[in-house]
Amino acid sequence: MFKWFVKWFHRFGSPPYFYRLAGLWLPWLTGLFTILLIGGLYGGLVLAPTDYQQGESYRIIFVHVPAAWMSMFIYMVMATCGIVVLVWRMKLAEVVLSCAAPIGASFTFLALITGSLWGKPMWGTYWVWDARLTSELILLFLYLGVIGLYGAIDDKRVAARAVAILAIVGMVNIPIIHYSVEWWNSLHQGATVTKFDKPSIAWSMLWPLLVMALAFKVYFVISLFQRVRAELLHRERNTRWVEELVKS
Amino acid sequence: MSMSEFFNMGGYAVFVWTSYGLAFVVLLLNWFLPYQEHKQNLKKLNRQFKSGQSRQETRNNDSRT
Repeated sequence: MFKWFVKWFHRFGSPPYFYRLAGLWLPWLTGLFTILLIGGLYGGLVLAPTDYQQGESYRIIFVHVPAAWMSMFIYMVMATCGIVVLVWRMKLAEVVLSCAAPIGASFTFLALITGSLWGKPMWGTYWVWDARLTSELILLFLYLGVIGLYGAIDDKRVAARAVAILAIVGMVNIPIIHYSVEWWNSLHQGATVTKFDKPSIAWSMLWPLLVMALAFKVYFVISLFQRVRAELLHRERNTRWVEELVKS
Repeated sequence: MSMSEFFNMGGYAVFVWTSYGLAFVVLLLNWFLPYQEHKQNLKKLNRQFKSGQSRQETRNNDSRT
């Protein structure tokens, strides 16, 4: 079983194999994403009841929370790739690491901006320098740092190792973001879903939230595959498989 | 619930719809830009290979890899 896994892992990591596999998956993933998105939006905007404290403004939650979850999830993906890059020097992990960064930065930006748009009517301000907001902003800078550093080094294999270190070091920020609302006094509300207790959110609001979160996850894979395919073509442009692929 | 009530979002229309609009734009860009980049890479490589350049020559033209 283990041997089989190792064999599969090596095959999976080979650029031509991954390029083809990702191409096969993309239409299915896009279909799944569309279904999830429509279901999540309908559930969140139409079916979910009005909040008794926040009125309709709380509906921002259905983009804000999935985006914030993704901002942390993608960072973990990046850091995991960073470890693979440093330990095994795997080419595919280098490409995934560099391709995940702009998507992660987009979701972080989205989480910050939708949070700010939710903060204005509920807290009376677009921005406060409190722990949750500040640590999320630092996450955005970490992403931008990864993108900038990767772009600044010409040799992409060296660049990948450099950003791998940055990504791994930056991982300390992830638990800080998650626990910031417990460790410090914050305007931001505490966790209602991701905690060991039962979620303190009504089921009618929870399910659209989870469906949207799943839709965002699938979307991330779609966007990542798309980017990785483009980057693989570019990186491997002098190899036989690319030549054969382009000519056929 | 009427249509206008729905779009009014209990008076929070600006905040709610701006959020959803921005999310839409961000998602669209993250799909479209890589899609276009991939297509352009394919086209560029196709031109290179068609113009009779061998793999060896492409390599010499770009020493960065």
